[in-house]
Amino acid sequence: MLMAQGLACLRGDRLLFKNVGFELSAGGLMYVLGENGSGKSSLLRLLCGLLTPEEGTVFWHGQAIKQNAEIYQSNLTYIGHLNGLKDDLTALENLQISARLAGNEVNQEEALNSLAAIGIARCANLPVGVLSQGQKRRVALARLWLSRSKLWVLDEPFAALDTASVEVLAARLSEHMSNGGMTIITTHQDVVINAQSTQTLRLSA
Amino acid sequence: MNEAWIIVLKRDLLLAFRRRSDVATTLFFFLIVSSLFPLGIGPEAAVLSSIAPGVLWVAALLAGMISLTRLFAADFSDGSLEQMLIAPQPLALLVLAKVLAHWIVCGLPVVLLAPLIGLQYALPNDALLVLVLSLLLGTPALSLIGAIGAALTLGVRGSGLLVALLVLPLYIPVLIFGAGAVAASQHGMSAQAHLSLLAACSLLSLVLAPLATAAALRISVE
Amino acid sequence: MKINWFKYSSPQTFYPLAGKMIPWFAWLAAIFAVAGLYISFAIAPTDFQQGEAYRIIFVHVPAAWMSMVIYIVMAAWAALGLALNARLSAMMAQALAPTGAIFTLLALVTGSLWGKPMWGAWWVWDARLTSELILLFLYLGFIALQSSIDDPRRADKAGALLALVGVVNVPIIYFSVKWWNTLHQGSSINMGAAPKMAATMLLGMLLMALAFWMYTVAVALMRVRCIMLERERSTDWVKELSLSVQSTAGVKS
Repeated sequence: MLMAQGLACLRGDRLLFKNVGFELSAGGLMYVLGENGSGKSSLLRLLCGLLTPEEGTVFWHGQAIKQNAEIYQSNLTYIGHLNGLKDDLTALENLQISARLAGNEVNQEEALNSLAAIGIARCANLPVGVLSQGQKRRVALARLWLSRSKLWVLDEPFAALDTASVEVLAARLSEHMSNGGMTIITTHQDVVINAQSTQTLRLSA
Repeated sequence: MNEAWIIVLKRDLLLAFRRRSDVATTLFFFLIVSSLFPLGIGPEAAVLSSIAPGVLWVAALLAGMISLTRLFAADFSDGSLEQMLIAPQPLALLVLAKVLAHWIVCGLPVVLLAPLIGLQYALPNDALLVLVLSLLLGTPALSLIGAIGAALTLGVRGSGLLVALLVLPLYIPVLIFGAGAVAASQHGMSAQAHLSLLAACSLLSLVLAPLATAAALRISVE
Repeated sequence: MKINWFKYSSPQTFYPLAGKMIPWFAWLAAIFAVAGLYISFAIAPTDFQQGEAYRIIFVHVPAAWMSMVIYIVMAAWAALGLALNARLSAMMAQALAPTGAIFTLLALVTGSLWGKPMWGAWWVWDARLTSELILLFLYLGFIALQSSIDDPRRADKAGALLALVGVVNVPIIYFSVKWWNTLHQGSSINMGAAPKMAATMLLGMLLMALAFWMYTVAVALMRVRCIMLERERSTDWVKELSLSVQSTAGVKS
């Protein structure tokens, strides 16, 4: 379903990686591993179409993602290392706006439920600016409970989370895969996520 | 699905409402700059009313420009811009919503305040009306063109000054037609030609600027 | 026979080719300049109204022409670079910008030098001078944007987009300035009212324009070679080149 061929990425005049290719099918989970600076985040951004690869192409159902951007993007949820939250809006407002922007109409109750799922329902009406780093991360991740996308691309989702939240998130990811979803993830933590197939992509400088 | 731009518009207006001081800054800037000229030139009504069209238009143009750097900067640094880029909607449409919000928050108050300042400059009533009309037709073009500059300089060091350097030359036609309209009505001539040209500038930038801005955003986020 | 144009679009093959082309264009520039200056200063007749001072138009007008042509050429290279993702095109655009800015400045300075004996003022808000001034701002904006972005690829793309926006705007700006100029009784001061063109004068101007053009090509090629070396310093071909230069220098000493 998602396929990449011969990807190369250049930052400045440094070649981060080249000849990266993989195939990810429904229910599949892919870990992207590598040292700091090996280009994990760049690879994820490249898969989302935020970066243009120096060489190579990413295909979604056999079509290049650039050709078919809107269809691809409606199947994509990306949570990068930036949370994409506005400090002046409440957690609830942030969540509803980002879900609607992704083409996903949600009512207040659904949004509250997803905040409750990751254990921050009591922060729902606080402006995000006053929350701690871990709480902000959880507000961003709450989108995953609203997402109807097939493909999730997550950059270090477990960082800054406490043990309980890590487990809740891992369970949610497992659920996504059992429904035929796909996940591409970078992480430094050992977390058990169940998937129909699991693969590892190692980037080396 | 097509309502995504309304969501962005509402969001930006809500954010501006929560940060009212930012809006006030633009307005105060316009007020102060246009009050400085009489202090530098002298209170003679004849002189003031002859320089009024140019001064008020330049002040409006600068006020719009200083607020431009904020247009995408916050979204860029907190990651919401990335989310807009990968939203399944045409980016140009979302850009248009953001620019519209910027104009409502920074452009419209200036348009509404302008006649008061025009009174300080001893502008006659017809000229005041033309001033408001010309600002109403011209300031959208300023916001639209300015957005291209703001998108190009996103995350670049010294972006505030750089935006001025990039955008001010492109503002010249709007300035000429806008100030010209007011001057024409002061001299008892019809301002219609000027106003039509202003509207044409705004329409042209309405069509082209969001596309250019969207392309610039993709370049800057890479 | 099919020529593989893309072969020449790679910096590696273009670098030596440009090196061979530079002397040709430089010599052509020198020859045209000598011929053009001879016609302008020795053969063209003295103007009965403006005296000898009018001769500055032999520099002013071609410089003004070039300043506009270079902007358009620069935008075309930039657009090509953006459309085809071709590195060389973007480098050409970057290499042309300073030369364009210099010609714009030259047109401004010669214009004001001409203005002094004609109207007794160093600067008049004449339509052409004003447009040239705005064109200078556009060039400076392009150069400033490119030099303040660290990542060369982003700088290329951002510059290209700015050049395209500029090219769409140039005719609008030019029209608006003309309109402004005629409205403000500027018609008595008009650089367009140059002395009636004699055939020799036209020839002089054309030769000067050709000289400027050849100069532009030569200088842009020199600059693009520098940009290539700087950008591609980590590639093999530049390393090989610097090694071979070092070894020949070693032989000489």
